[in-house]
Amino acid sequence: MKYVLIGNGVATIGAIEGIRKHDRQGRIVAIGSEASAPYGRPLISYLLAGKISPDQLALRPDEFYRKSDVELRLGTTVSAIDCAARTVTTSTGEKIDYDRLLVSTGGKPFTPPIRGADGPDVYNFTNLDHAQTMISLAKDIQKAVVVGGGLIGLKAAESLFDRGVEVSILELSPRILSLAFDANAARLAARRLDEVGLSVHCGVTAQHIDRDAAGRVRGVKCTDGTYIPTEIVVIAIGVVPNTDLAEAAGLRVDRGIVVDDLMRTSDENVFAAGDVAQAKDLLHDENRVVPIWTNAYSQGYCAGKNMASRATPYIGGLAMNSISFYGLPTISVGTVNPPEGEEGYDVEASLDERKQTYRKLVFHDNRLVGYVLVGDIDQAGLYTSFIKFQLNLTPEMRQSLSQGHPDVLLWPDRFFDDTWNPNWVDKD
Amino acid sequence: MKRVYPNREYCIGCHLCELACITAHSESGDLIIAYTQEREAAGLSPCKKIFQKGSECVAISCRHCDDPSCVAACISGALHKDPETGETVYDRGKCVGCWSCLMACPYGAIRRHPVESKIVKCDLCRGREEGPACVQACPNQALKYEDRDE
Amino acid sequence: MPQFPNILCEVLTVLFQPINKNYHEFIIERDKDRCINCQVCVRQCSYEAHYWDDNRQKVMHDNSKCIGCHRCEALCPTAALTIRRTPSEFRPNANWRPVFLQNIYKQADTGGVLLAGMGSPVDIPVYWDRLLLDASQVTNPSIDPLREPMELRTYLGTKPDRLKLLENGQEPPSLQTEIAPQIKLDTPIMFAAMSFGAINFNLHRAMARAATELKTAYNTGEGGLHRSLFKYGKHTIVQVASGRFGVHRDYLNAGCGIEIKIGQGAKPGIGGHLPGEKINDKVSETRMIPIGSDAISPAPHHDIYSIEDLLQLIFALKEASEYRVPVSVKIAAVHNVAAIASGVVRAGADIITVDGMRGGTGAAPAMIRDNVGIPIELALAAVDQRLRDEGIRHKASVVAAGGIRCAADVVKAIALGADAVYIGTATLLAVGCTLCGRCYTGKCPWGIATNDPRLSKRQNPDVASRKLVNLVNAWSHEIQEMLGGMGLNSIESLRGNRDKLRGIGLSDTELDILGVKHAGR
Repeated sequence: MKYVLIGNGVATIGAIEGIRKHDRQGRIVAIGSEASAPYGRPLISYLLAGKISPDQLALRPDEFYRKSDVELRLGTTVSAIDCAARTVTTSTGEKIDYDRLLVSTGGKPFTPPIRGADGPDVYNFTNLDHAQTMISLAKDIQKAVVVGGGLIGLKAAESLFDRGVEVSILELSPRILSLAFDANAARLAARRLDEVGLSVHCGVTAQHIDRDAAGRVRGVKCTDGTYIPTEIVVIAIGVVPNTDLAEAAGLRVDRGIVVDDLMRTSDENVFAAGDVAQAKDLLHDENRVVPIWTNAYSQGYCAGKNMASRATPYIGGLAMNSISFYGLPTISVGTVNPPEGEEGYDVEASLDERKQTYRKLVFHDNRLVGYVLVGDIDQAGLYTSFIKFQLNLTPEMRQSLSQGHPDVLLWPDRFFDDTWNPNWVDKD
Repeated sequence: MKRVYPNREYCIGCHLCELACITAHSESGDLIIAYTQEREAAGLSPCKKIFQKGSECVAISCRHCDDPSCVAACISGALHKDPETGETVYDRGKCVGCWSCLMACPYGAIRRHPVESKIVKCDLCRGREEGPACVQACPNQALKYEDRDE
Repeated sequence: MPQFPNILCEVLTVLFQPINKNYHEFIIERDKDRCINCQVCVRQCSYEAHYWDDNRQKVMHDNSKCIGCHRCEALCPTAALTIRRTPSEFRPNANWRPVFLQNIYKQADTGGVLLAGMGSPVDIPVYWDRLLLDASQVTNPSIDPLREPMELRTYLGTKPDRLKLLENGQEPPSLQTEIAPQIKLDTPIMFAAMSFGAINFNLHRAMARAATELKTAYNTGEGGLHRSLFKYGKHTIVQVASGRFGVHRDYLNAGCGIEIKIGQGAKPGIGGHLPGEKINDKVSETRMIPIGSDAISPAPHHDIYSIEDLLQLIFALKEASEYRVPVSVKIAAVHNVAAIASGVVRAGADIITVDGMRGGTGAAPAMIRDNVGIPIELALAAVDQRLRDEGIRHKASVVAAGGIRCAADVVKAIALGADAVYIGTATLLAVGCTLCGRCYTGKCPWGIATNDPRLSKRQNPDVASRKLVNLVNAWSHEIQEMLGGMGLNSIESLRGNRDKLRGIGLSDTELDILGVKHAGR
């Protein structure tokens, strides 16, 4: 069996580990367009902030690929997939055949149409190259505007700020972190950023990027009419699935590459995982693209197992984010903003402005479906358990959760014992 | 692989496993110094967590899952599964303190280090001849270190 | 700030204490260099003698609450604790010993009967210590149990008057006599009757498992038998007492023997009272009484006022169990024990259990426990002799209980005429009991005499049954050694063999009752 993995992300790592769990013999070829082996993509903000050095980026040590018997083809871009012939073609024209193929081409930065965006001094912040570019830039510039007040935008802004750059953040929604967090958590985070000295502008975005005669960026004209002088603009709104290759190969693509419960695409020998895949979601009855780190690994891992002929269904992705703002940790998991107008949701929140702690639990149909924690995050995993294992809540469980005491002893007895003390039989 | 299995029927909530844990992971190897000095100075803290509800209690720690959520969530590669031993291994040097694992682990088995931006997680007392210290210290054999894989 | 000596630190506001608190029995010594304030002691002490002092941010203790169970000492991870008798001394007085003073203070406060748990601690002669065993020298060889067979197997039950064999020429003779049902024991040591309720389920199953592994028997006591333990029935003696708790047809047929409890050595003439707090769901289900209701065993069986009444009950039970198992009658060792035993055997008992005054109890009035009854050694010797004299010794097996402390006590008991012994206190000691004697509070810190789920889980039946098996195995080995030393190779040869005993420092009357010669003769 020969496996070919396209992609340079964590889904590839997951796939290698998934395959090798069941198949020690098969050949694995991993093709990545970037020059480095899979690295912790979220680490680029740590790198930009100067918190880690470049040699800390690799997700797995070099010997991992050797021990796992993986042929790494870095700096190689796949230009076409031929599903019928079971080959991929690289940009250099090389053909590589496969028995099983994984497409995990990830996402590409989403850039909204902004006048003046084309040209120098406008950057994205999604990969190592971007980070390295900005590290060298940061020495010479004083001002930056970051477009996007989501997770990527804020981390980019925070990291640039740590490099001594004066940063303004533009966020179109009325608040930052509108997708992953709720208003209270966003306010606590915004306050922390504000205390540190980052300038956050909500409800506005860049209308046009102003350039001087030489074509260099001079400032940003915002939708509310303000003008922010800057030397660079970082567009960090998010990513959209990078489906070009899959579409060209004739694989079924909706918002992302559509996969079944085994992470298989419309071609039985081709699998997809990560930010490019539209896969089962734990909480929703439909396939979704959830570009989340954890999902990418899990999907890759699951795909890997299934590529190695193990029928292991994917349990479904769960949106989750953990991010800190200058020492203020925040975590959000699952559905944190109940869809408006939908019935059956129930929210319990407790906010302590002084201690800067916040806890929000979202219940639906007698189950926990999401939560947000700010400040005091130590119990996060146990809240996750109630979501992930979809435990029906008794009044006692509900009360304990609401009081901030998620406890393994609240789990149903049988489930508890199967989890913690399996195969133990009380003799009497 | 051999794992630590807690039995809530016979856990008496004495917390001796915690004390054994911090001693085994201390610099000094001395319970009194570990508890009274290293805990405060270096933030030494146990990998175990004891839950108590009414008369029930249980001491839990990392399960070293077959398919660990923490490894899936780790953005830095600090957590990985050792394919040979099956252990979920934590590389402290690589950890950036993003708390993704703490969020993802549905067993509540990962905690924040009280002082540093690192996590604290059971390592099964790797390298300790007598096996995990908690199991050895349990006065009621409510912790078992056994291979129960089927 | 004035510096108070340590001992005063816990007297937080006022030095004056009620007399009971001042004349407490134990003090807790906490080594300041070793105590790390980890609070293990706080969690272990069910009497709240240790506590976390929030003001001082450290663990403190209240000596007056300490009952001397040593649980904290045992679990303290830094060995920082020592429990001592209070060094404070009353003026010496041979008559008014401290225990009387303390009891009077207590009763003057409460107006209540003094309760006590476990066997009597009073200084009544222990005849085991005044009896010495024989050993072979020259004229009869001793036997090495490691090299030669040594039989500890014992059968309890009535034996036939004579054996009739059928002999027909060539074939080997076959037994014609029908043998009454017997309890087969691989070692003459059984776990004594301690009811489910008085001790908890974990220990009941530990005894059941241990008895099964050892191929001996344990006694359910008067609290019935939980159905989940029916599977250990081949090694279970089910008891029927005056409260009739948990007695039903399945129960009577669940075991290898049935025992009618008439009396208990620790409290002859007294019934029992298991407080409602100890009646949890499982106890309730087993005893067939409502949760939380007091379980009262009357002092007498209300249907037994004569030997003839006892006979009726014995045969009622035999009928109910279809004559498949022997019926035992347990009586406390009291003044006319020999005559009573004779009546009991004549009433049809297959086994008679005699329980001496040093036997344990979960709760008894202290006055009764310490002043009523006689030691097992005298009672056993008297009963065995009487049954022999009357020619009915073979009609019933004799089981001795109440104060068996070691393998030598077992050997001496058998030499005095017992077929087997029950061990109760020793059983509990094996699983951690420290004889603090507060069983009646239901707060046993060792998780023994308690049904509080927080405490009873301290007895892991896997651990407890292992300890019981170890104890009985150890004693059995020692018994074999002692038998071998005496030149005997089976327990049968020792039973009632008083020539293997000599008294030391005993009066003629004592020697006469015990039926042994003085050492040197």
